[in-house]
Amino acid sequence: MKHARMALLFLFAAGAVLAEAPKVLAVRNARIVTASGPAIERGTVVVRGGLIEAVGASVAIPPDAWVIEGAGLTVYPGFTDALSTWGIPKPADGGVARRPAPVARGPEDRPSNTSWVAAQELVHPQDKTIERARNAGFTSAVVFPTTGLFAGQGAWLNMAGEKTGQMLVASPVGQYLSVRTQGFTSFPGSLMGAFAYIRQVYLDADHYRAAKEMHEKNPRGMRRPEYDRALEGVLQSPRALLPAATKVELERMVRFGAELKRPVVLYGGHDAARAMGTIQASAFAVLVSLQWPERAKDANPDIEDSLRTLELREAAPGAPAALAKAGVKFAFYSGGVEKPADVRAAVKKAIDAGLSREEAVKALTAYPAEIYGVADRVGTIEPGKIANLTVVDGDWFQEKAKVRMVIVDGVKYEPVPEAEEKEK
Amino acid sequence: MKNVIQLIAVVASAVTVLPGADLVIQNAKILTVTKGSLDGSVRISNGKIADVGQKLMIPAGARVVEAAGKYLMPGIVDCHSHIAADSINEGSVSVSSMVGIEDVLNPEDVDIYRALAGGVTTANILHGSANSIGGKCAVIKLRWGKNVGAMLFEGARPGIKFALGENPKRRGAAPSPGAAALRYPATRMGVEDVIREAFTDARRYQADWKEYESKKSRGERMLPPRRDLKLEPLAEVLEGKRFVHAHCYRADEILMLLRLADEFGFKIRTLQHVLEGYKVTNEIVAHGAGASTFSDWWSYKVEAYDAIPFNATLMHKRGVLVSLNSDSAELMRHLNQEAAKTIKYGGLSEDEALAMVTINPAKQLAIDSRVGSIEAGKDADLVLFDQHPLSNYSKVEKVFVDGELLFDREHDERERVRTQLRKKALEEKQRKTVTSRRPA
Repeated sequence: MKHARMALLFLFAAGAVLAEAPKVLAVRNARIVTASGPAIERGTVVVRGGLIEAVGASVAIPPDAWVIEGAGLTVYPGFTDALSTWGIPKPADGGVARRPAPVARGPEDRPSNTSWVAAQELVHPQDKTIERARNAGFTSAVVFPTTGLFAGQGAWLNMAGEKTGQMLVASPVGQYLSVRTQGFTSFPGSLMGAFAYIRQVYLDADHYRAAKEMHEKNPRGMRRPEYDRALEGVLQSPRALLPAATKVELERMVRFGAELKRPVVLYGGHDAARAMGTIQASAFAVLVSLQWPERAKDANPDIEDSLRTLELREAAPGAPAALAKAGVKFAFYSGGVEKPADVRAAVKKAIDAGLSREEAVKALTAYPAEIYGVADRVGTIEPGKIANLTVVDGDWFQEKAKVRMVIVDGVKYEPVPEAEEKEK
Repeated sequence: MKNVIQLIAVVASAVTVLPGADLVIQNAKILTVTKGSLDGSVRISNGKIADVGQKLMIPAGARVVEAAGKYLMPGIVDCHSHIAADSINEGSVSVSSMVGIEDVLNPEDVDIYRALAGGVTTANILHGSANSIGGKCAVIKLRWGKNVGAMLFEGARPGIKFALGENPKRRGAAPSPGAAALRYPATRMGVEDVIREAFTDARRYQADWKEYESKKSRGERMLPPRRDLKLEPLAEVLEGKRFVHAHCYRADEILMLLRLADEFGFKIRTLQHVLEGYKVTNEIVAHGAGASTFSDWWSYKVEAYDAIPFNATLMHKRGVLVSLNSDSAELMRHLNQEAAKTIKYGGLSEDEALAMVTINPAKQLAIDSRVGSIEAGKDADLVLFDQHPLSNYSKVEKVFVDGELLFDREHDERERVRTQLRKKALEEKQRKTVTSRRPA
């Protein structure tokens, strides 16, 4: 048995490289957490041509399938990082040597705005973070450019492929916004400047669209609207991602988000329990960062944290449970957590704080798909959906659970021991 | 010390009086500010002052606060504050009217609680003074423990900050010899020019919209003008829908602004700081501007050299509506003492002195039908002092906002120990978590 698996591993590994992966796969006798209904305690998943063909307790294994013996394994829908930069190479200098931006004198200069940049244009399929993501059990990530106030457009990307085109599942899925300003000599130079700027750009975008439509209808006698790539990017984005971690930020962003008259997704979410009434009323989804706030390792021992800071650290891992209880749609994102073991440990903290395992799985699978409007193709184990699966020895939430393999677009990958991880 | 105060702050949010039931504060020395003083009681119902009198019937089920020997005054109104906001200056541009404090209000800023502990219940939160035309202001009630939306003073007329003199022109100078200036203007003349140009643009903007509306009403096909968040508030100023609160010091720049406003046909609602206001009271009265100044703060920069502590009383006696403001989270905690200084410098009556921090700023912000004095029908924003508030030995004991007890000294003192313990416990726990998860 073990030999058979090893042999398969060899074949598949080679196959992935040569793009000659078997067309049909079947995992049998495994526990299957479908995320669309109750778990199947002992069942089979059949994958064909990159899609899930069948799933159930008594599914016939097609004669042409490569069979994976799944006893003792759990099959989950492929885990997804709901807001990620995986696959985008980090600048070699850490971004220090960035060209200084020209001084902006107002919103019309479109400062700190690359709204038209699409994540798939920045991703390198060979970036090492992609393999690392697979090793941690992640088959997908919703990748965003994250530099600037209007950083750019996100894409739902599968974490495998020789070319970016093969990785892409959906794009654009949203506009990443931040309110981080740099210095005070260029507009916007303050938090309220950032708000005013974002508000003006959205107003401008609506005006631009109206002008274009009017011109398109009857160009004669109307001066053509001036092309504005920053507004094009905003108009292309189906939703706006707004940063909000603390209670005040969450309440503030709910107010602001409502003004934009567009679908809004909040990211951060740590203080959600204290702002729940407001969040519930807004019907906005919340992406919860798995980078839980904690005391920095090198914190100055003489500096006391405020009680508010201490309370937030204490409360943050409870945010997902509170969101689930309140019926608010939420999903997890790595938020800078990179090591596979740390991702699981972070999710475990949310479970220890009251989140059910079912909800935890959904927050990594079905919910991100729903939030980004791609639940018709990914997020659960159902026939016809993309064959993204995370296969774990035992249960992923157990202390020593190991990711046995991930299947991305129907292609199997096994984690490789990470030498470079160990030395960190 | 700082931490202790932060602790108090968190705990105090738990103090509330049950809504619904009436509350009677009885046997107090009541300083109504507008209707003299009396020994008597105040009944609060549904967040409003229901009754003020020497003898009041106490309704069944009402809660009673015994205040024998204590002083009850209206909640203090601060016409110039920068607390409770996560940013204050959009200093990159000389006209920053597109930004607004409302977007960045922080109801968890501990300075709110500290100001509340000093008897302040309403404040005008202003943008900073780095720009000739600054951002939009927000009038808030110090509803400690409530959320962002609940902070705003419902129905208060919106305002905007202007600034003259040293601050707005400072960035016009090159930061070092040979370097380029960060922005225009560099002189007081330039400040005037910036304001004039902005309002010229705002007039054009108004005209564009007017043209659009009239063409639309005639059924003509036309694209609406682009909404301009910088010019919209200025158009509102021209239409009298938004108050101008102008930071100023010297008499010459005050005259410049009043004349400019007259030329464009709008009003300056308040001159802020206005340390040389006493030199131009006739002109201020003629324009109809209010003045919000410091009691005796002076000489901290060149344009403040000619300040005198009699400024407030001199302006007041010539008919200017005067208030005293804090412009500082620290000073905000003892505005009652600032008011008392007008008795020493200029011999105002007690009521006149108290008016400087209550009904006068309320009038300046056009919220005097709601707050600023103890009168039936007004909001139950009340401060109970252990002694006369114009004595510098007095301490605030209780503060009510909309009839809700949001500061209570006794409760505060009781809770400090418990909060301290909670904090210590969390600190130790979190220190452990870090060590156990990541061994050094």
